[in-house]
Amino acid sequence: MNLSLLILLPLLTAVTILFCNGLKQVRSVALAGSVLQLALGIFLLVVYWQERNTGNLSPMLFEFSVTWFAPLHINYHIGVDGISIAMILLTASVVVAGILVSWTMEKLSKEFFFLLIFLSLGAYGFFISLDLFTLFFFLEIAVIPKFLLIGIWGSGKKDYSAMKLALMLMAGSALVFVGLMGVYYQTGSLDILQISQMHIPLEVQKFFFPFAFIGFGIFAALFPFHTWVPDGHASAPTAASMFLAGISMKLGGYGCLRVATFLMPDAAHAYSWIIILLATIAIIYGAFATMMQTDLKYINAYSSVSHCGFVILGIGMLTETSINGAVLQMVSHGLMTALFFAAIGMIYSRTHTRMVAQLGGLLKVMPFISTVFVIAGLCSLGLPGFSGFVAEMTVFMGSWQNTDTMYRLATILSCASIVVTAVYILRAAGKTVMGPITDNDFLQLTDARWNEKLAAAILIIGIVLIGVAPFLINQLIGPGTENIFQQVGKAITLK
Amino acid sequence: MPNYAYILLIPLQPLATFIVLGLFGRKYFKTFSGTIGTVSLLISTIVSFVAAIQYFFVDGKVNGIYQKIIAFKYTWLEFSPNVSIDMGIIVDPISVMMLVVVTFVSLMVHVFSLGYMKGEDRFATYYAFLSLFTFSMLGLILSSNIFQVYIFWELVGVSSFLLIGYYFEKPSAVAASKKAFIVTRFADLGFLIGILLLGFYGGTLDIGILIERLTAVQSPEYTAMAAAGFLGVSALTWALTLVFIGGAGKSAMFPLHIWLPDAMEGPTPVSALIHAATMVVAGVYLVARLFPVFNMDAAALQVVTYTGAFSALLAAVIACTQTDIKRVLAYSTMSQIGYMMFALGVSKYGGEDGLGYMASMFHLFTHAFFKSLLFLGAGAVIHMVHSNDMKDMGGLRKLMPVTHIAFLIACLAIAGIPPFAGFFSKEEILLAAFHSNKLIYGVALFTAALTAFYMFRLYFSIFWSKESTVQSHGEGPLSMKLPLVILAACAVGVGFIPFSSLVTSDGEALETHMDITFSIAPVGLTLIATLLASYLYKKENDKPAKLAASFDGFYQAAHKKFYVDEVYLFITKKIVFPLVGQPIAWVDKYIVDGFMNLLASITAKISALIKGLQSGKVQNYALYFFSGIAALAVLFIYLWK
Repeated sequence: MNLSLLILLPLLTAVTILFCNGLKQVRSVALAGSVLQLALGIFLLVVYWQERNTGNLSPMLFEFSVTWFAPLHINYHIGVDGISIAMILLTASVVVAGILVSWTMEKLSKEFFFLLIFLSLGAYGFFISLDLFTLFFFLEIAVIPKFLLIGIWGSGKKDYSAMKLALMLMAGSALVFVGLMGVYYQTGSLDILQISQMHIPLEVQKFFFPFAFIGFGIFAALFPFHTWVPDGHASAPTAASMFLAGISMKLGGYGCLRVATFLMPDAAHAYSWIIILLATIAIIYGAFATMMQTDLKYINAYSSVSHCGFVILGIGMLTETSINGAVLQMVSHGLMTALFFAAIGMIYSRTHTRMVAQLGGLLKVMPFISTVFVIAGLCSLGLPGFSGFVAEMTVFMGSWQNTDTMYRLATILSCASIVVTAVYILRAAGKTVMGPITDNDFLQLTDARWNEKLAAAILIIGIVLIGVAPFLINQLIGPGTENIFQQVGKAITLK
Repeated sequence: MPNYAYILLIPLQPLATFIVLGLFGRKYFKTFSGTIGTVSLLISTIVSFVAAIQYFFVDGKVNGIYQKIIAFKYTWLEFSPNVSIDMGIIVDPISVMMLVVVTFVSLMVHVFSLGYMKGEDRFATYYAFLSLFTFSMLGLILSSNIFQVYIFWELVGVSSFLLIGYYFEKPSAVAASKKAFIVTRFADLGFLIGILLLGFYGGTLDIGILIERLTAVQSPEYTAMAAAGFLGVSALTWALTLVFIGGAGKSAMFPLHIWLPDAMEGPTPVSALIHAATMVVAGVYLVARLFPVFNMDAAALQVVTYTGAFSALLAAVIACTQTDIKRVLAYSTMSQIGYMMFALGVSKYGGEDGLGYMASMFHLFTHAFFKSLLFLGAGAVIHMVHSNDMKDMGGLRKLMPVTHIAFLIACLAIAGIPPFAGFFSKEEILLAAFHSNKLIYGVALFTAALTAFYMFRLYFSIFWSKESTVQSHGEGPLSMKLPLVILAACAVGVGFIPFSSLVTSDGEALETHMDITFSIAPVGLTLIATLLASYLYKKENDKPAKLAASFDGFYQAAHKKFYVDEVYLFITKKIVFPLVGQPIAWVDKYIVDGFMNLLASITAKISALIKGLQSGKVQNYALYFFSGIAALAVLFIYLWK
């Protein structure tokens, strides 16, 4: 299969949108494009399975490489493994759902949908890149639309948030760039697979690893560089919040894994305790900070800080199971947070408030939306049957294999966060959807429309599929994480 | 090997019902949903009885020992080649016994709800949740993998949450559902870490293999686990105690019991099913499931014993002072579960010493019938008087004769008066306690007397006392009466089942001899307590108030549930929120984010300073140019030397 289709299709969609007139045309094109993209993703999954079943064990499939700029050894080199495919499917689902919930975006609709599609293009390119420059190129493509999406269509203190987000992510990109350059000057190559076969001296790794890891870490809400997350999410329009949490933050986690850890494994070992320390702080601190929030979007944004901590924790623990868990958590968190933001958006567009104290008893007037909200919440607090449980438990099991007392303590503290999570989720759900109706105007409100129902259904199917049949996704990402783990080269497995 | 794969049908039946009713119930079968749920569960119940007959009487026994059979196993999530979460079905005496209890009681509750919940707006949702609960509970008892137990454990917890919060517009119901979930979640954290420990040292999550490895003293797994320690306590004790904490949370053992009385906010049939007969005994079941491992560690068993005995006593004392009939029953549940717990605690594995184990399971079995009967009876009473408070009741025996007789039978059963079911199981527990720990025996005896007292206080207050002022509208439909009659028959009959030859710790039949002289003390005390209750409460009078006044301080403390709730409130509202949550939120806003903003504003200030340099005025540039040359000249002159 030609992977470039994954980039060409959104490009085509984006260009077509520019020639459309009016909301109706624009959204139809955007939806058609994104649904085709999802179909393409599923098709990719199928051919990937077929290829693996024929016994093709090479780490990356469907590779394609063409020289882009020879003097600097820049190639347009792409390929996928199970992890990339999981990320692509996640992105495609979130994009379809995001477009569906923006169905009635009247304001500058052409530009809005154009930017959404353009953002997804960056993400697809990022996830299939096997060349560091190409990867960085797509990373930048995915950053810029966010600034505009928040700045133009946002709410609240949107100018501040847009600027904050753009500056912090740009700073992250700059750090990433330094890290990549370090790798490039040491090895003379920009090709991920090639570099992984070479050995970078420990001193060099130790110098450049922090740049790459923190740089990507900023995208993935690494403590203490997470402060763009709450403001950015809260000010963004619904679809942009979904894209931010569901896609952008995953760029960071994927980068930490595929670039920083995979290419500089010795340094990952050397710094593992710092990574774990920061991750544990993020998990606990994020959870307690969430407990004190009063705005639904802030609640979800801070809980994202806590949940993304599990991704970082899984990577930092450096066992095969924990890395597997980190990837699972990325997919799970992406779907779940997108669903949560979608539900919050649906509530906000009807009640015009996101303050927990002003909401109440919505289950009576909008059962569908409230159920979606509760499902997202239950997934967030790690209920079995939903993806969050599978991901968190895999991270815990993997982390526990490190017998060092400090690592054990970090694992126990992270486990303890599930209690705090239950507290803030139930507080939010108990007040918002349950309890007496706080405002009689709510009685006039209507439940979800078809587009909103469809959006929620797509995300819920993903969450439940992972939660009920985790062996499927485990088989998909297993070889990829094994490959990364071999690179990490520390042979700890459960006895 | 006999084939039991058909048992899979038992949990899948309610799961299918949940999915169908959950997705389409509200729209398409608003009134039929009760019938759908009940019929579906009837099939499960019949299959359970078939399985029980096959196991106990046809082919479960090999050479006089009941076998542990893995009827089904599927690898659900693999962590490494040996460590995986499997979805399995274990068939052994306790799982088959529980299968019968859960499906049967659940069926009774399904039938009872047909009448009790009739006309509810969310009738379909109610039955969907009931089915979800039944599915989860069945999954829990059939689990062959410890992580599988945890998965269904959580699902049981969430179904309980959903059902307690069924009347979601009532703030008290919402608060109760949150409390139940969070308190048990906190306990589950212990369970989870216990599982991590067991899985790590045992090298497997499969319960069968785990037991095999950890009960062989020479095995490397046992040696490692007994040798490794933290804070002077061995890893084995830690793991088992943590697992027990999980169990104590679900089974409402002190100090994790605070959610159970509040959970009575749920519809009464739900209390009968979840908070009396099935879910709350999950903790007991968990300890029983891992009992061979517990048997290897005396310290962990001590924890189980004393927690159980203390909870039994505490709950019985509180129950004497409550006036909400469902809360009295809730505390009595806690007290009876305490009985089951310490019976396990004083037991050993195998042979004659396994009496406590057998007694615990026997009591679990009989308790399920008479306690669900008590709750359903209370439900019928509440249905009639529209109040939970004893003060609004009295003299109901004439208005509801069926309920009255059924309730009386249940009271006799729980009090342990022969020949009702509770007598037999309680007697075995007392016997087991007597042989191993006299202190526990004393507590148990005293609690037995208290039990008789508060149960008959409840009975007389509802059905005798003053004359009824309630406008009768009939005792309720057949769907409500039938379960009461059936369960009453069980409360009389199930004590005669030869339990000790069916369910024992090692699968081998146990010889028990009922000693009349031993029974004199408990039965005598129980009768005295019953008479005392009838003297105080049979007719309306001021003696109870005087009695309460004579115990002034103690009565108040017991009435306020010994202020355990207040302690929790203090910890959460005065410590966790203001001293942990708020400072963290403050630090995030002003320190971490403040630092980021500071960086941004410094950058902005510096750029504002520098941009003055590029003013575009030639004179300024000339000035910089020449002053630069001058400065360089000065530098060179000095540095040259």
